[in-house]
Amino acid sequence: MLSFARPSRLGQVPVTQTLRNGAWRVVELITTPVVPTDYLDVIAPLRNPNVLRARVEAVHRETANAVTLELRPGRGWRPHEPGQYVRLGVDVDGIRLWRSYSVSSAAGHPSGRINVTVNAVRDGLVSSYLLKHARRGMVVNLDLPAGDFVVPRQRPAKSLFVTAGSGITPVMGILRSLVHELSDVTVVHSARVSEDVVFGADLRTLAEQGKITLIERLTGADGRLKPADLDVLVPDLFERETWACGPGEMLDAMAEHWAEAEASERLHVERFRSTVLIAGEGGTVTFEKSGTVVETPGGVSILDAGEAAGQLMPSGCRMGICYSCVLPMREGIVRDMRDGTVTTAVEGDNVLVQTCISAAAGPCHLDA
Amino acid sequence: MTTLQRQEVNPIGHLTAEDIESIGRELDAIRDEVLAVRGERDAAYIRKVIKVQRRLEIGSRAVLLFSLFPPAWIVGTAGLSVAKILENMEIGHNILHGQYDFMRDPKIHSTTWEWDHVTPADQWKHSHNEIHHKYTNVVGKDNDLGYGIMRVDENQRWQPFFLAQPLWNLINALFFEYGIAAYDLNLGRNLKSKKRRNDPEFKANVKAVGRKIRRQMLKDYIIHPALSGPSFLHTMAANFTANVVRNLWSHSVIMCGHFPNGVSTFERTSIKGETRGEWYLRQMLGSANISGSKLLHIMTGNLSHQIEHHLFPDLPASRYAEVAVKVRALFEKYDLPYVTGPLPVQVASAWAKVIRLSFPNRKPTKAADHTIPPRMPVAEPVPA
Ligand code: FES
Repeated sequence: MLSFARPSRLGQVPVTQTLRNGAWRVVELITTPVVPTDYLDVIAPLRNPNVLRARVEAVHRETANAVTLELRPGRGWRPHEPGQYVRLGVDVDGIRLWRSYSVSSAAGHPSGRINVTVNAVRDGLVSSYLLKHARRGMVVNLDLPAGDFVVPRQRPAKSLFVTAGSGITPVMGILRSLVHELSDVTVVHSARVSEDVVFGADLRTLAEQGKITLIERLTGADGRLKPADLDVLVPDLFERETWACGPGEMLDAMAEHWAEAEASERLHVERFRSTVLIAGEGGTVTFEKSGTVVETPGGVSILDAGEAAGQLMPSGCRMGICYSCVLPMREGIVRDMRDGTVTTAVEGDNVLVQTCISAAAGPCHLDA
Repeated sequence: MTTLQRQEVNPIGHLTAEDIESIGRELDAIRDEVLAVRGERDAAYIRKVIKVQRRLEIGSRAVLLFSLFPPAWIVGTAGLSVAKILENMEIGHNILHGQYDFMRDPKIHSTTWEWDHVTPADQWKHSHNEIHHKYTNVVGKDNDLGYGIMRVDENQRWQPFFLAQPLWNLINALFFEYGIAAYDLNLGRNLKSKKRRNDPEFKANVKAVGRKIRRQMLKDYIIHPALSGPSFLHTMAANFTANVVRNLWSHSVIMCGHFPNGVSTFERTSIKGETRGEWYLRQMLGSANISGSKLLHIMTGNLSHQIEHHLFPDLPASRYAEVAVKVRALFEKYDLPYVTGPLPVQVASAWAKVIRLSFPNRKPTKAADHTIPPRMPVAEPVPA
């Protein structure tokens, strides 16, 4: 008997799906050499499943230095877990720059919306751009959520969150999503002055409702928080599963303190990588795939240095006009030997650099 | 460099080696000025051109579904021709030069862009960006001069074969993209010996071109016509016409770039140990511009500013017009010939050369003085 619901020859795929795929293939043929979504992009940028984007639905000012962006991710998005971060690609003066931001909203919004909170950092191109220019309707590029700063399914009996400055953002995401599943929560947060506390009001409300124990530390008046202070502030310190996020020195000191107490496995940290790289002369160039490492002075191109060290390098004109020598720089800093322009990359950036006219201006990691 | 020139008067006879180096420095300064302002405006510009092109192409192809009706055929064909020209010239050519790589948008990037052309982008980038732009107008190195099938220089030995070169040139113009594909594959040279024919890289390239041709053909001559149903043949004809129009147009523009009267060619030996200043100078003397309106510049992909393009191949093309003012002043300062003219004049001049050189000629009698200006460092103070 004939039934229209019968799976097609392709196995599980129903007939309508096959038809749709077939039609799509015809459309692909007509748009060759590009793909149909390149045309669709012109009208509906969020519908492209190959290029994840998000639309800014609202902008809320948190403090003088921080804004929260409400984002609606487009097709291809995968929900995040509380505590994870996303990378946003923002075009600043025509150049796409990527930065990571923790998700600060509760997980599981029905429309998939997420909030990220951006703190302006000094010399931070992207954060200051977003602070000034983020508007409703703006489209930004987005990466899937990442990071293992998350609370395990098996919720801990007692937990502690130690944060400083913008380190509160991922923790706020965790609290908003999970506070009702956690029984004994202490939050130690330090900021310079009270007005600088991002989400100050939300934290205080949670404390008033008895959901968390909040310890606020104002470093302007009380000085920096040292791990030893925690022993006093939180008596059952090492009985708690601890999540910490803040400046590197604070996290390093904490790691040491927990190691001394042989409780390292109870401490989870999230580091915000600093993006400030200082240009110098020359540096160590590491070709990650081959493992070749070469020390180069400032006046020698990465292409020449690599070849001299036996690295197989793509090349062409060797004078900066053909772009056949480009390699992704995973992180590092280079200088254009013709005009002195400095280009930097932080992990995950993969900036393509022309190796024939670029010299190392610090340690560089190339994907080759 | 700098012998050259096949010119009656050596256009650089009056320059000293220091002059050449300071020309280089001044051009570097012009480049830096553009780099300092390159940014948002350029990104917005290329995105806009892409947007317009995509809309125009989709719209025209939609209209052509009804190409049975003559007005639809005319409108659709015209639209598709313009769309194809934009796609190849202002978008494809320029993106593949890396002009917009600075944006770090993986979609609009020289490493990922593919174009409506039978040559796969990476092959073209090799023969064009790497060979042609490095060896501009060096006879024997830069095959863009006559594409290896034409006599382009009075000093080249004449053979009866060249009598037909106006015809070759016309055929090449009509099917230009195939000519370019054959040229990028270096077909003439690679088919000659068995060893070259069997070279795995060559074979892979031939395969890639074959694949691209198939898809391009399928799109323009089967799928799109088939979707048009009863308008099948008309749509097919429209696509063919649009391809020919695009080919004729790009061929004309490209002929104007290095062919018209007044443009210099160079000898192989002239580029040994070339300095940056000398390289710049060769680009200046080896290229020619087309003057005209803003629309003309856009439709030529700003290759109407061929001189500026050859000096700064990776600066956004839409900046060439403003750069041209400074470059031209530099030509005047150093008393160098800035070859430019309206499209019809330049095209005619290039064709006249093709025809003239198809006939034998006496060895040029008034050969130029081929002396090379003394090399740096020569800056001995001249006693008064
Ligand atoms: S080798 Fe041509 S740009 Fe580097």
